[in-house]
Amino acid sequence: MSETSPELTVSLWRGAQQGRYVAYKVPMRASQTVLDVVTFVQRHLDPTLAYRFACRVGVCGSCAMTVNGRPRWTCRTHVSKVSKGGRIEIGPLENLPVIKDLATDMRPFFEKWQQAEGSFVPSKTRHDPIETIAPGSAARMAADAAIECINCGVCYAACDTVRWDASYLGPAALNRAWSLVNDQRDAGGAVRLRAIAGSGGCQLCHSHQSCQEYCPQSLNPTRSIAGLKRRATRAYLSGELKA
Amino acid sequence: MSLPLYLWQRLTAAVMAPLVLVHVAVIFYASRKGLSAGDILGRTRGSLMWASFYGAFVAAAALHAAIGVRNVLIEWSPLGEGRAGMFSTLFGLLLLVLGLRAVAAVVLP
Repeated sequence: MSETSPELTVSLWRGAQQGRYVAYKVPMRASQTVLDVVTFVQRHLDPTLAYRFACRVGVCGSCAMTVNGRPRWTCRTHVSKVSKGGRIEIGPLENLPVIKDLATDMRPFFEKWQQAEGSFVPSKTRHDPIETIAPGSAARMAADAAIECINCGVCYAACDTVRWDASYLGPAALNRAWSLVNDQRDAGGAVRLRAIAGSGGCQLCHSHQSCQEYCPQSLNPTRSIAGLKRRATRAYLSGELKA
Repeated sequence: MSLPLYLWQRLTAAVMAPLVLVHVAVIFYASRKGLSAGDILGRTRGSLMWASFYGAFVAAAALHAAIGVRNVLIEWSPLGEGRAGMFSTLFGLLLLVLGLRAVAAVVLP
């Protein structure tokens, strides 16, 4: 943020899939976030602006947008870090259909999460004793490294492979699958393995690593996907996938 | 890309890695020793070793490139999987025929 300039010029995407950027003047404030800027426009300049947010503190993952060409959580992005000469361009997340303005339709993202069998399948009942998992075991540590995803869609928006191939499950769904593959309590392994090794599966990843570069949680979905590739390869060669 | 194609592409890459190194070494050797075309043909003609070496190289390259081209077409062109598969199969066959023809030219007595 330039301290001498009292105003920020903000270009916001207006429209749906087809639309244009519209510029607004927003007063600069100390410690202002990009979400503050969008909220200011909606409350004071144009109440028809559509955008999505909930917690404002980087917990819910609903306020992700494209800020100066890069997918980010707007609530955790300070204007001072991203404005260029007092200007910011804010658009909807890429690789997802735009509903209106800055709000995208997240259904394809979550549908792929389901296609990748991202739900935990219990192997025991409530009557069984709680399973003991060694915190230092390799599987637990691998699951741990992937588990903090809050499904904000930043990695999905940043992924070139998602952009090029609509069938690709994407980094978030595959990262989730990897955490379950390493969960010794889970009983959905065989079905999940077929899902992540099938059409649109982990083998489509080019390892460009945009997901880990942009992940606000500093997760590394590329590493998770590499783990899935190894696991899928072993399963294919051993005939596990044919069963 | 299906998992079998993914694995074939990795496998052919693994096969080609040492073959490329030997191929480059052969080029350096031949040029530094000043071997003539006749010298080279004298060593390759009738050689089962060079026929196997470059035959394997050509087969691996044709398969590897065809799978790669198929992926590029699926991701970057409006062709669907079916047409991309057809085009890349033809491309792979072309590479195979041209490559084997070149191998035959230097190894057949």
